[in-house]
Amino acid sequence: MPIELKMPALSPTMEEGTLAKWLVKEGDEVKSGDLLAEIETDKATMEFEAVDEGTIAQILVPEGTDNVKVGTVIAVIAGEGEDASTAKAAPAPAAASAPEAKTEPAPAPTPAPASAPAPATAAPAPAASGDRIKASPLAKRIAAERGIDLSTVTGSGPGGRIVKADLEDASAGVAAAAPAAAAAPAATPAPAQPFETDIPHTAEKLSNMRKTIARRLTEAKQTIPHIYLTVDIQLDKLLKLRGELNAALEPQGVKLSVNDLLIKALAKALIQVPKCNVSYAGDQLISYQRADISVAVSVPAGLITPIIVGANEKSVSKISTEMKELAARAKEGKLQPHEYQGGTASISNMGMFGITQFDAVINPPQGMIMAIGAGEKRPWIVDDAVSIATVMSATGSFDHRAIDGADGAQLMQAFKQIVENPLGLVA
Amino acid sequence: MADTSYDLIVLGSGPGGYVAAIRATQLGLKTAIVERENLGGICLNWGCIPTKALLRSAEIYHYMQHAKDYGLAAASISADLEAVVKRSRGVAKQLNQGVTHLMKKNKITVHMGEGKLTAPGKLEVKGAKGSETLTAKHIIVATGARARDLPFAPADGKRIWTYRHAMTPPEMPKKLLVIGSGAIGIEFASFYKDMGAEVTVVEMLDRIVPVEDADVSNFLEKALKKQGMTILTGAGVEELKATATGVSAKIKTKDGKVEAGDFSHAIVAIGIVPNTEDIGLDTLGVKTTKGHIDTDPYCRTNVKSLWAIGDVTAPPWLAHKASHEGVIAAEAIAQELGNKDVHPHPMDVRNIPGCTYCHPQIASVGLTEAKAKEAGYEVKVGNFPFIGNGKAIALGEVEGFVKTVFDAKTGELLGAHMVGAEVTEMIQGYTVGKTAELVEEDFMHTVYPHPTISETMHEAVLSAYGRALHI
Repeated sequence: MPIELKMPALSPTMEEGTLAKWLVKEGDEVKSGDLLAEIETDKATMEFEAVDEGTIAQILVPEGTDNVKVGTVIAVIAGEGEDASTAKAAPAPAAASAPEAKTEPAPAPTPAPASAPAPATAAPAPAASGDRIKASPLAKRIAAERGIDLSTVTGSGPGGRIVKADLEDASAGVAAAAPAAAAAPAATPAPAQPFETDIPHTAEKLSNMRKTIARRLTEAKQTIPHIYLTVDIQLDKLLKLRGELNAALEPQGVKLSVNDLLIKALAKALIQVPKCNVSYAGDQLISYQRADISVAVSVPAGLITPIIVGANEKSVSKISTEMKELAARAKEGKLQPHEYQGGTASISNMGMFGITQFDAVINPPQGMIMAIGAGEKRPWIVDDAVSIATVMSATGSFDHRAIDGADGAQLMQAFKQIVENPLGLVA
Repeated sequence: MADTSYDLIVLGSGPGGYVAAIRATQLGLKTAIVERENLGGICLNWGCIPTKALLRSAEIYHYMQHAKDYGLAAASISADLEAVVKRSRGVAKQLNQGVTHLMKKNKITVHMGEGKLTAPGKLEVKGAKGSETLTAKHIIVATGARARDLPFAPADGKRIWTYRHAMTPPEMPKKLLVIGSGAIGIEFASFYKDMGAEVTVVEMLDRIVPVEDADVSNFLEKALKKQGMTILTGAGVEELKATATGVSAKIKTKDGKVEAGDFSHAIVAIGIVPNTEDIGLDTLGVKTTKGHIDTDPYCRTNVKSLWAIGDVTAPPWLAHKASHEGVIAAEAIAQELGNKDVHPHPMDVRNIPGCTYCHPQIASVGLTEAKAKEAGYEVKVGNFPFIGNGKAIALGEVEGFVKTVFDAKTGELLGAHMVGAEVTEMIQGYTVGKTAELVEEDFMHTVYPHPTISETMHEAVLSAYGRALHI
């Protein structure tokens, strides 16, 4: 039997992806573990490995195809001893990126053994039939109002038509998923429109990562009332400690960065001020008992936030080695979704560019992000006398729906106190 | 011996039961129906249809009395109640024979007798020729309901009547007391008023036809009072006794005073009792609420392969609800038996219209304005009176209005409420719209024929959005 290779779901939330590159060609022999293709999701490029042995009989989705739905057959492998050319003919060479839409009308729920009256459940049949979506006028209204994509809704009405009741289920599903998944699609960016200008220019198609950045930043700025709190923090003690630690850790090949120490400091501060380690989730507030710090890493295609899980409990050397490894893979676009989706708060450091202070955009559904400016020598007043100290400005952005100003201020104070008395970081 | 094992047995042949049986045979099921009295049940023998025949006579009588209004003369008009009733019985008989024919045509086996569930899928039928045991993969209970008696004054058929006695009255009542102002009470009050009786209606709640929109209740009360009917709301009958010459009643009025009154006859129309006794529901452990069988939107009971439809289940207790449930249940059963081409849809009670054939008529579907607000909707309400409609004026039927209730957010038609001539024939327009989930724009874009009273339905939609044209 020829084996159908289907577009894999490389993360639990992945619905579609770009088939970025084929690493095999028709006629190639593959065995389990061989790399077949590179698949680009919204944030990362992942390698797709072979599970079965055989010969690549046919490639159905050419490389560079966008929006390939999970489950779409992308290639066919002829099994051992099979003729690749016969295997090739087996699957219908359907348009590769066509969604698997069935026009079959919705069957009623399978009749369960009778019990107390139960509400009818929608049957699993997609309402979409080609481009036309069958939906009642009321269902269309409600979908438009709530921003529900009707192509994702299953219709239970006559002939699979989407009716009001189907949307009640749909919106409930969206609400439940929102707080959990960092990658939950909310607003979809408007479709590409011809851009007119006389100025000489080039037009480049947005990468999936760029689209995700745009969508999430827009969502954050439009839905989250941000407040910004800034403190100046003296760094001399921390820099001194870093020097000593690095000298001691050198034999182990560990070199701590200031940022590694600040990640730990933020994690500790969040545990000290739990009111800031939260997510605003519709009608509930989620308070986290662990500080998972998302660290903004600039990569050629944009920005990604690998996560130091449980940073409050990890040693600074552990944070440092993890961070180096994550950053390296981030730059190659090889992070797994669980490595950049989640986190309870973020840190973004632009000190290396000489930026002294900035306000960062919250990374939903997190409740705060810490923006770190450059450490620089500044006049510093101690006991009414001007002295010189290495000082940095740190600005916390807080989701004001979930976090009051005073609580945010407490976190900034805790962060400052920890950084200025850094021995606690290694305790 | 005949084969007595079926795919489906329907217990009761009213508008729910016989329709379920026909739909089941259309889907290829071997079907039997069990009936203890008349094929067609209450509806066409003792309910909807014969009363409509009576009311038609009353309506024509009313027109004859008002012939002058139309430039016509009619001398020495009189009513012959016996003949009116005879016509009504003739109509019922014709339809009863119609159902017999439908059963034969669809090859549905009819077992006459009292049916009783003895075990899952087993039914014992006691008929005139003895008893037999039938078996089936599925059974639908469609035994209906009967009139509720006043506990202290059971109907005797002579002076104290239920709807059933009122339909074949032994004599014309001179002074009639109607207890209860639901659809049945108000229809008989209207019929006997038109036929010339002096009528008093007593309603316990603060308004008549209490399930309707408050505007409809108030409008109807005024209209009936104008016709000379006495209406006591917030009042209860405390005592009712048949005497040699009539009935004497003690009525506690709204202000708490108890007044004695003498009437020639009384009609008790205070609700219904489901027919659930002695049909073996206990044996199978069927769940009920206030005596009515609990079902899901596909008419399943809590017992496997046992289904229930119509008045024996939850309200509304209307023939067309029963018929529709019959279709749903038959389709769901066919599906359980492996038919993949059938797609039953769940019952939505908000899309079941209700009609009351008093004079003026009432028709409605969906939520009243008060219920919509109670449910948390922000509403847009439209209203259009018949006086603004050319056809209504031409017909001399300017008494009435159409009211619409829309969800301000989505444009969903939450409810429609009508009172006036022909409204019972018009409500289906809104019902189709509601079922198809049309929004206000769809109704606005619909071309209503001129000149018809249905134009008031268009105007009532426009009115909800401040766009009514003819007012």
